[in-house]
Amino acid sequence: MDFELTEFQAELAEGMRRLCAGQFPLEQVRLPESTERVVDRAGWRQLGDAGVFNLCLAEEAGGVGMGLAEAALVFEELGRALLPGPLVASHLAAGLIDGADDGSVVVGLVERPDPARPEAAGVVPVIIEHLGDLDVLLLLSDAGVASVDPASLDATRLKRPMDPLTPVWVVPGLPEGTPVAGPEIAAWWRRDGAVLTAALQIGMAAWTTELAVEYAKQRRQFGRPIGGFQAIKHLCADMAVRTEVARCAVHAAAVTVDQPEVGDALVAVAGAKLLSDEAAVANGRSCIQVHGGMGFTWEVPAHLAYKRARVLATQFGTEGALAESLAESLAESGRGVR
Amino acid sequence: MDLRYTDAEQAFRGELRSWLETTLPGLPPKPSPHDWPGRRAYDTHWQRLLSDAGYAGIDWPVEGGGRGSSPVEELIFKEELERARAPYVGVNFVGLLHAGPTIIAEGTSEQRRRFLAPILQGDEVWCQGFSEPDAGSDLASMRTRGVRAGDDYVVTGSKIWTSHAEVADYCELLVRTGADDSRHRGISWLILPMDTPGVEIRPLTTIAGSTEFAELFLDEVRVPVANRVGEENDGWRVTMVTLSFERGTAFVGDLLEAIELLSSAVTLAQRTGAWSDPGVRRQAGHLRAELDALWALTKRNVSQAARTGIPGVGGTFFKLAYSETRQKLGEFSLALLGRAGLAADDIEGLDGEGPLPAETMVEDWLRGISLTIAAGTSQIQRNIVGERILGLPKEPVATTGAAREPARQRT
Ligand SMILES: Cc1cc2nc3c(=O)[nH]c(=O)nc-3n(C[C@H](O)[C@H](O)[C@H](O)COP(=O)(O)OP(=O)(O)OC[C@H]3O[C@@H](n4cnc5c(N)ncnc54)[C@H](O)[C@@H]3O)c2cc1C
Repeated sequence: MDFELTEFQAELAEGMRRLCAGQFPLEQVRLPESTERVVDRAGWRQLGDAGVFNLCLAEEAGGVGMGLAEAALVFEELGRALLPGPLVASHLAAGLIDGADDGSVVVGLVERPDPARPEAAGVVPVIIEHLGDLDVLLLLSDAGVASVDPASLDATRLKRPMDPLTPVWVVPGLPEGTPVAGPEIAAWWRRDGAVLTAALQIGMAAWTTELAVEYAKQRRQFGRPIGGFQAIKHLCADMAVRTEVARCAVHAAAVTVDQPEVGDALVAVAGAKLLSDEAAVANGRSCIQVHGGMGFTWEVPAHLAYKRARVLATQFGTEGALAESLAESLAESGRGVR
Repeated sequence: MDLRYTDAEQAFRGELRSWLETTLPGLPPKPSPHDWPGRRAYDTHWQRLLSDAGYAGIDWPVEGGGRGSSPVEELIFKEELERARAPYVGVNFVGLLHAGPTIIAEGTSEQRRRFLAPILQGDEVWCQGFSEPDAGSDLASMRTRGVRAGDDYVVTGSKIWTSHAEVADYCELLVRTGADDSRHRGISWLILPMDTPGVEIRPLTTIAGSTEFAELFLDEVRVPVANRVGEENDGWRVTMVTLSFERGTAFVGDLLEAIELLSSAVTLAQRTGAWSDPGVRRQAGHLRAELDALWALTKRNVSQAARTGIPGVGGTFFKLAYSETRQKLGEFSLALLGRAGLAADDIEGLDGEGPLPAETMVEDWLRGISLTIAAGTSQIQRNIVGERILGLPKEPVATTGAAREPARQRT
């Protein structure tokens, strides 16, 4: 047992961090804020060349043949860079939708409300992220995955997206679409999608911690850096602890998917998503607080991470459902995992 | 990142498991938590069994008489003991986790010969005399004096919160041998035989109703200079050295116990009907996620220690997060007990399914409260994370002239 990153894994993460810092600096990432399209096509291709989408695709299928653990490390870095766009969906679609793997085709995904349970859909109509950027939209349900031409939808763009880098559309309903995969694939997409989304969240949680700490060292009030005040220092400490605990959960979930004999992957994944959603949201919030009035400005990027965390918390399992599924596992097994 | 155990690790687990299976049924019944001589006898007997089987000091270096196992084997060791519900380290805690490792690292060969084997074999019990009434979080302000008189130090002062003092043979004692304001630069680490004249023990009752710790009054107690570990005035560093033995496994048993406790809480909720409340189920789900994540963090910390030989920062993260999760679990269980939690007695349930587990749950809830206080409070741990890990400015220290010492972090 060695739960540390291998040298290769550390280099992979490091390389992705360098790529993001060099190619996708925040000033550039922020350029399309509040517009209809946030995916930079050339950048998306670059991500494709770097293996972001085909990392887990088998080598025979033209992929890199890595495990979910490696993908999680890569997505952590994408999260840290606040990279927008349907990253997780395009990664999942690699191998299934032509061109998803190398980034030449941008694929989005939305959960299809279960037609058998109309009440489950509630009152909220279907909201689709990034529709303007998509070449292909996939509909995910227990039954499988279906593909839809985004242009065929009668969609209305919402004028005031909560996250300025996640434009959203509302549609009155969804067509059947063309089936592209069955229930088995749908199940593993839900699982892997949750892990990769969780990885984006911990990347952001780590980034907001750094942003807050940096500011706390430099901003002075009462004649000293505000980071010297415990009220601020302890907020930062809690951010660091939350991030690290959630990060271990995400890594363990990814490894458990790759090495099924070590535990119950679904339980590990649910816990990881739950804690990383919490960490990203709470850290986003704390990061704003540490910045004081500056934190409430559009300019300081703390709000971007906070808002993105809220967006991602609605994808691939929400708080209530995740906690319920964990509770169910406790009730079933009568004892915890080890 | 690999969570699979190697063949050698599996073999170690298998061998240990079968030893536990044959050994545990032969143990005497557990003594009452209030019967201190009984607890000492029980814990030291268990330590003797471990020692005879070659499982004592699993994490001690071979030079110190230990097994010198890797941190991963230590993890397996503690996991298997908890899984088999073997006894805890109990009164041997300070000897095995503190005094022993300190003597291995800093003691003379004579001190090692004299003190290590009896700890491993369960013959001698140690306690820790660090905290004082006026020096808790700010340990470096301690005032118990050690005045050199010939071949002895004459020690006068008082210590407090000394766990297991009543049954201890020796105390690892910090005394001030430097100037009054020398702080961390004027402290020495002494081995105090508890039967020395002038040592008075006054047990203190905890909120759980037990006399888990005590006050020590030291009135001109003569401690031989030969009992000093490390140089005079170098006791602070000597104390810190012990920390380098901590390889992330100190809480393995506790954590796995917490996972068990969560299961019993769920069983209780199912019995009482509370399980049909989504709020209750979600709380349970959250606790499970947190405990599983802490188990993953433990594996991360252990792996780091296995690679580098030194503990990383993960131990501080663990202590902060674990103590709070454990307290949430305590509150959760107590709420589930409802009015059955008004006494720590296992009263019979009306459902014919046997007693309600009030004893374990009430006591565990109360004991859990100490976790954010003992071994460095959570506030101090946050200072440590903020200052040493994140590099934020340090806390002001009120003393004049004294250099700033590292914040306290100890068991
Ligand atoms: C069950 C138990 C067993 C123990 N066993 C032992 C033992 O065997 N041997 C031994 O030597 N000691 C032992 N201790 C003592 C323990 O280490 C101390 O209680 C602990 O270090 C806190 O010191 P204190 O009690 O003096 O509290 P104080 O230091 O007086 O703290 C009181 C409050 O003030 C806060 N505070 C203090 N300083 C700061 C600061 N700089 N910033 C922010 N907040 C601050 C603390 O967090 C706490 O909330 C034990 C304690 C417990 C509860």
